[in-house]
Amino acid sequence: MNVVVCVKQIPDPAAPQSLEPGSHTLDRSGKLILDDSDAYGVEMALQLAEQSGGGEVTLVSMAPNGETSGLRTALAMGAAKAILVSDDALKGADALTTAKVLAAAIGRADGDLIMAATESSDGYTGTTPVQIAEILGLPSITFAKAVSVDGSTVKVDRQTESGYDEVTAPLPALVTVTAGVVEPRYPSFKGIMAAKSKPVETLSLADLGLSNDGGGQEITSIDEAEARSSGEIVVDEGDGAERIVSFLEQLKIV
Amino acid sequence: MAISKIWVVAEPTEAGLTTTTLELLSAARGFAPTVEAVTWGPNAEASAAVAGEYGASVLHDVGDLGASLPGVPVAAALAAALAAGNGPDAILIPTSTDGRDIAGRLSAKADLPVLTNITGLVGGEELTTQHPVFGGAQIVSAHFTGEGPGIFVIRAKSFPVESAGGSPATISTLAAGETGSTNTATVIARHVEERSGPKLDEAPVVVSGGRGLGDAANYALIEELAKLLKGAPGASRAIVDAGWVPYANQVGQTGKTVKPDVYLACGISGATQHMVGMKGSKNIIAVNKDADAPIFTVADLGIVGDVHKVLPALIELLKAR
Repeated sequence: MNVVVCVKQIPDPAAPQSLEPGSHTLDRSGKLILDDSDAYGVEMALQLAEQSGGGEVTLVSMAPNGETSGLRTALAMGAAKAILVSDDALKGADALTTAKVLAAAIGRADGDLIMAATESSDGYTGTTPVQIAEILGLPSITFAKAVSVDGSTVKVDRQTESGYDEVTAPLPALVTVTAGVVEPRYPSFKGIMAAKSKPVETLSLADLGLSNDGGGQEITSIDEAEARSSGEIVVDEGDGAERIVSFLEQLKIV
Repeated sequence: MAISKIWVVAEPTEAGLTTTTLELLSAARGFAPTVEAVTWGPNAEASAAVAGEYGASVLHDVGDLGASLPGVPVAAALAAALAAGNGPDAILIPTSTDGRDIAGRLSAKADLPVLTNITGLVGGEELTTQHPVFGGAQIVSAHFTGEGPGIFVIRAKSFPVESAGGSPATISTLAAGETGSTNTATVIARHVEERSGPKLDEAPVVVSGGRGLGDAANYALIEELAKLLKGAPGASRAIVDAGWVPYANQVGQTGKTVKPDVYLACGISGATQHMVGMKGSKNIIAVNKDADAPIFTVADLGIVGDVHKVLPALIELLKAR
């Protein structure tokens, strides 16, 4: 069974983030890395492909400036190849536009199962994978905390507000995973070396037969939020617990 | 385009509608003269009573979906209503697992953009949205630029719940839409997690643990404290990622938003994505070894200390009372 995984390459969360002055969209001009959330999707895809008796994992990503560093990380984990869509016209693209682009790229890949993270760590719009599924005419199961494939059916434990549901769908289908669904492997040295020569096909919007019509939403301003000031900070000298109890007493919690 | 009619996607529960739904119904009344609800499931009558109490004049009922996940069929019914010209000027959807599915499916089906992670709305000729960024340190305002209707996905606890004292909404059947091959995800079993205390997003006290706990076994301290304080245990994304606790316990940008009377953050540094989920708490207590941890910038009481010492001591003190 072949699996296609959508991955996002995002500004390093450990670095200071900033917004573009004009559009107020996230500044993506610096170093981009594989979104942590996607390490789970890639790992799950690799395991499911292995368990099904073999099969390739293809990565699909949309990123500016022909960025591939995050893709190389996922290729080093064991993915076979990648399709990257990179086009200046996609700068600041919204979720629906992104979904149209990724759906077109997925259409060029071979996969019975499409996987993605439930949301990205930088934009967290959280709708892109389901928008992709709708465009491709596929069923989708989101918020997966466990995934297995049996023949041509995917079975998911789907997180709900009160627990979880067991949900099945016939392949082809799209599944989004939550953090912790599986433990992502660390790329081995061999994997890192092999990743350097794995194929990454780079496409423009024109290659996909698409154009960016503008998206239909814009950011109008950015303002400081009301600051929450801090209260009393004390160093614990054996009395920390008592300080907490007094505080709770004042609030009549205890 | 003035907003004259808003539809609120109303998520049903066993007894009525979700709290976030009530928040959205309450808010919608302030932005449009006509508010209607859209729901599904086997209890339309019960839902109509609640929806009406919170200001909806009509409840559009998609019907009992059986074992189907709501995302596809509810979105298809909404898209069909829009295409038939019977739709609203704006659609408000709660941020929940099913709410996001519905929003995504509707957006793609009707070719309409979607705005999510909304924590505030400003009314007028159109609705302007507010979103927290960078851990809530800044607020971004946005709006749709094209013809509507706008699809707005709103975070829990963004608006207060206010009853309108209205009578039950009129139930109207919402015709099913085209779903093609997409409506094939089927629920084969439902599991309700046994919970001995209050729900995380409704608890008056939340005791949360982070990486500073050191290892998974120490989360037992969090659970015990939560129980002693009649609260709920929460977690930072770091320990959910590490597999110590399930995603259901996660508080943050991704995960639950909580606004308890007391939020006790133990071994949590206060990463921006965590702050978004708990900054609205009435009182914040933080325990962390690192005096420079960002969590201390929002704590009403901060204890710079080792959770492995402070938490057991706190448990002993509370048990002795």
